[in-house]
Amino acid sequence: MSAKTLRIEGVTRSFPGQRGGAPTLALQPTELSVAPGEFVAILGPSGCGKSTLLRIVAGLDQPTAGRVLLDGITVTAPGPDRGMVFQSYTLFPWLTVEGNIRYGLRERGLPEAQQAEIAARFIARTGLRGFENHWPRQLSGGMQQRTALARALANDPEILLLDEPFGALDHQTRELMQELLLEIWEADRKTVLFVTHDIDEAIFLANRVLVMSARPGRVKAEVPVPLAYPRDWRMKTTPEFGALKARLMGEIRDEVRKAIAAAG
Amino acid sequence: MEPLKPVSPATRVVLGAGFFAVFIAAWAAATYGGWVPPLFLASPGRTLLAGWSLLTEFGFLGDIAVTIWRVVGGFLIAAAVAVPLGLLMGAFKPIEAFFEPFLSFARYLPASAFIPLLILWAGVGEAQKLSVIVIGSVFQLVIMVAGVAGATRPDLVEAARTLGSGRLAILRRVVIPAAAPQIAETLRLVLGWAWTYVIVAELIGATSGIGHMIMDSQRLLDTGQMIFGIAVIGIIGLVTDLLFKAANRRLFPWAVL
Ligand SMILES: Nc1ncnc2c1ncn2[C@@H]1O[C@H](COP(=O)(O)OP(=O)(O)O)[C@@H](O)[C@H]1O
Ligand SMILES: [Mg+2]
Repeated sequence: MSAKTLRIEGVTRSFPGQRGGAPTLALQPTELSVAPGEFVAILGPSGCGKSTLLRIVAGLDQPTAGRVLLDGITVTAPGPDRGMVFQSYTLFPWLTVEGNIRYGLRERGLPEAQQAEIAARFIARTGLRGFENHWPRQLSGGMQQRTALARALANDPEILLLDEPFGALDHQTRELMQELLLEIWEADRKTVLFVTHDIDEAIFLANRVLVMSARPGRVKAEVPVPLAYPRDWRMKTTPEFGALKARLMGEIRDEVRKAIAAAG
Repeated sequence: MEPLKPVSPATRVVLGAGFFAVFIAAWAAATYGGWVPPLFLASPGRTLLAGWSLLTEFGFLGDIAVTIWRVVGGFLIAAAVAVPLGLLMGAFKPIEAFFEPFLSFARYLPASAFIPLLILWAGVGEAQKLSVIVIGSVFQLVIMVAGVAGATRPDLVEAARTLGSGRLAILRRVVIPAAAPQIAETLRLVLGWAWTYVIVAELIGATSGIGHMIMDSQRLLDTGQMIFGIAVIGIIGLVTDLLFKAANRRLFPWAVL
């Protein structure tokens, strides 16, 4: 695996003020280094700049200051080496499940047969067999996010950027999706940056959790998760899990309180 | 009847046909009942007879064919210009900024007011008829297509970019397919307007076509023929509309139109 190291150096983002107002500082200078094969969760209250950070890594947004390096090369635009799954449903409605999964492969000009073979593999891995020819509007939210995940994975990216991909799903579906993602990561060990506001989700999946402060966001704490893989759902009831959860809850509560105070 | 509650397809057809029946009944009552003198309004029977003689004796089918040809020709020319330009404007904002102000001005130019000028420029031949239709529809069509293309969901564009699409690929593989069903709907709408313009064009300086026939009938005070001509336009419009809708449903099975 030709995995690459991701470095975020002093990345800052402020948005120009609306109607002549003061600019919004969304992200304070942020430093982060992610080794190949790491699963890093970014945990923080709503509005703290998680999506902004991820979008900058994806190349969809530009930092006001600082830079993002992938194996020493500055990221300036999106590229198929960084796959992304968004919180909102972003399947192409005019393509079937299989068509969506093939999108990036077609873009790379792979031969039909190879496209079909790769698509079939990820359809199987994400549990989408039998849904290949469905239109996105015929799918449940969970199925749509499976397809979005398969679409990103099929492109074989160096890094997977996941922005609250299960945030809009109901609790049971979300837990199933977590297990699915974990299974895929345990097999492939791709670098993952996973944004969430769900503490259990962060601990269950990641080997490192970064807690972000309320806006303007910065990484305020870093909590390693020394729980062995492969993990399964029973892990969520262990004392080790509970201890980590207590610690993260403490960190996050302060920030949520600050965020609410700032908004009120 | 509950607010927003849908009706079954069968009920829909019955209700839709029902109003046609009511309309024709009112027309029959007004004319056969002597409420309106025949000079102003022919009865349904008189209209059908007039239509029959138009079709069998006066070669009205030829007029219908000529008019359809003009509508389709003018509409296709307008669409061939407007759809590509509108897509480019919707996708690329500098192009939109360049054309949009002029088009917003041009869309208010009434096509019928151009007829004297067009006769001067192009004579009374087919070029003039097509020009009226093109002028009447092209500006509106560009603006509407640009609006549809510009409304492409930005999150889909971003998803495509993270999957490796460049500028042209986004236009070809995201903006165009995303906009296609709405553009088809827009074309359906504008085709209806093209019918209005063609008749206006044929009322002045034409020697054939449905509009020309209506003008001739006016000279003879034959309201039956006039009404038959107008009804034929309505029927052709209704049929093309249904065909267009059916084609759109087949072409875009993924969309809920
Ligand atoms: N395009 C934008 N223009 C102006 N402000 C923005 C924009 N995007 C995000 N923001 C602001 O930046 C802050 C962080 O947003 P975001 O990164 O979406 O937060 P999160 O994903 O953690 O909920 C918010 O206060 C938001 O209002
Ligand atoms: Mg967000």
